[in-house]
Amino acid sequence: MLQLIPVLAGVSFVVFLTMHLTPGDPVEHMLGQAGRVTQEQIAELRAHYGLDQPLIVQYGVFLEHAARGDFGPSYSHLGRPVREVVAERLPATFELALFAFVLALALALPMGIIASLRPQGAFDRTATVGALLGISMPGFWLGIVLMIIFGLRLHWLPISGRIDLGLAPPPSTGLNTLDALLAANGPALWSALKHLILPGAAMAAPMAAMVMRMMRSSMIGVLGQDYIQFARAKGLPERTVVGKHALRNALIPTVNIVALQTGLLLSGNMIIETVFQYPGIGKLAVDAIAAADYPLVQAVVLIYALSYVMLNLAADILHAALDPRIRSPRSAG
Amino acid sequence: MAQPLIEEQAPETVAATTPGMLRLLLSNRVAVVAGAVVVGFAAVALLAPALAPHDPTDQHPEAIRAAPFWHAAADGRFLLGTDHLGRDLLSRIIYGARVSILLGVVVVLLTLVMGTGLGMLAGYFRGWPDAVLSRIADTLLAFPFLIFALAIMAATGPNLVALVAALAFKGWVDFFRVARGDVLAAREADYVTAARGLGASTPHIIFREILPNIVPPLIVLSTLRMATIIIAEASLSFLGIGVPPSIPAWGTMVADGRGDIAGAWWIATLPGLAILALVLAVNLFGEGLRDALDPHMRN
Repeated sequence: MLQLIPVLAGVSFVVFLTMHLTPGDPVEHMLGQAGRVTQEQIAELRAHYGLDQPLIVQYGVFLEHAARGDFGPSYSHLGRPVREVVAERLPATFELALFAFVLALALALPMGIIASLRPQGAFDRTATVGALLGISMPGFWLGIVLMIIFGLRLHWLPISGRIDLGLAPPPSTGLNTLDALLAANGPALWSALKHLILPGAAMAAPMAAMVMRMMRSSMIGVLGQDYIQFARAKGLPERTVVGKHALRNALIPTVNIVALQTGLLLSGNMIIETVFQYPGIGKLAVDAIAAADYPLVQAVVLIYALSYVMLNLAADILHAALDPRIRSPRSAG
Repeated sequence: MAQPLIEEQAPETVAATTPGMLRLLLSNRVAVVAGAVVVGFAAVALLAPALAPHDPTDQHPEAIRAAPFWHAAADGRFLLGTDHLGRDLLSRIIYGARVSILLGVVVVLLTLVMGTGLGMLAGYFRGWPDAVLSRIADTLLAFPFLIFALAIMAATGPNLVALVAALAFKGWVDFFRVARGDVLAAREADYVTAARGLGASTPHIIFREILPNIVPPLIVLSTLRMATIIIAEASLSFLGIGVPPSIPAWGTMVADGRGDIAGAWWIATLPGLAILALVLAVNLFGEGLRDALDPHMRN
């Protein structure tokens, strides 16, 4: 928990600082589109956004506001509050990330386990090559290749957006799939799911590859242990030996990789949303960079950083729950 | 008690000699091929001006989106066709190897030297330098790397110096942790105690006694880090905030070809294939190296 504070302070300060080292002034950027303006109007706007204050004062203000989720007005969204703009897009990203996360684990865990049962067998070799490809492939390229094959050639899946026009269910959670389920709207659910498959797969690939490799190698390690031989010798069915005795122990190192990779999933998110024109916060941030919309970029980067740190924390907690050896002496009893 | 200990040490001592490592590496056919591919890419990058049929930035307005050789409408002058500005794709892919490899090597060397230096310092002297550096390393480890590089590049805009800094910002931590851990173990080892007893100076112990022994894991880490850096650089360039647009880079080329995937899919996919081939080769070579240098990591 204590680790959180220096990390967040560091991230927020560097984010704040970097965004203020840019040559382009956001006020000039905003007014550039507005046509002719006077020096007074520029000065007035600078004062309005606090850009005339010393840097350290601006950082203090930024931190104080950020803690309340207030990032001020966005420069590129007609001055709407950043909080509002981000809140609008956050469910889309959450839905995509969750989909990619589930997809990655649904592929990686069974594949890792099956591969570990016959190391160097046909399945193991195929899965290992696949995992290596998944790690060596840039996500943006995989996204484009999937788009070309499944979208443009086979016409199986849509290549951009979240849902077909006119099918959007009444928003209550903001997650299209869940909203469609709540409204018992089959076509909307199908459309929303179809829109998640390609970006979700492109986002999940590197994570699936890493988790599969970890699952495989830790299962191989565990299956060679004496207590597994003992369980077999006791006459326990192989399913119990693998499914209960081996899996539980092999999952411990895997959980760490899962959390770490989920953090990387978030970095991939920005790129994948850009490739698929997916209206989440990743696309929002990339557009904000082009528009020199500092407050918006800061807000999104901080959201990513916070999620990343939280995921690491969750991994530590889960790790402790799975592995009695690293629990505190009192609870280990 | 002594007998099993010696047996456990045996495979390590076989591989721990340089000819032994080399023999292990050369017997791994996949690693040899991968290494050859990496060398091939490096040669292409070095010889780019001689190999490229065209200037990679020359625009041919009369041959915009020219078709590649396998196409019926192929333009004989451009083997892999041209992009939306009429620039030769093959020449751009050849030149693109330069930036990927150069940045990969520079960033890895920078982080290797910095991380190893600080790691040895922390591991050998312990005390407050170790406490401070380890705290910084732990904090950086919790930073989301690509998002962070993105924030830096978003601020500075595409430029090579900032790109190296953004990519190196966190990379040294991995080397720091490996070097620190190995030095911590080595400083209590018999050979260091013996050297100290013989009156060797601290720099001699650090550089002549300990350093050669921690080199193998650092070489492996360098190779695997290189793969990560190449993908990170390509990703930032794809987003338009990595390599400046005037320099041909694979990530930029994929982004440039995105608008043409319906009609001319090869413009976006071929440069990506080059990234995949290079990164895959680097990864396979790195894993081969790891198996040869560090028998414990094999499974």
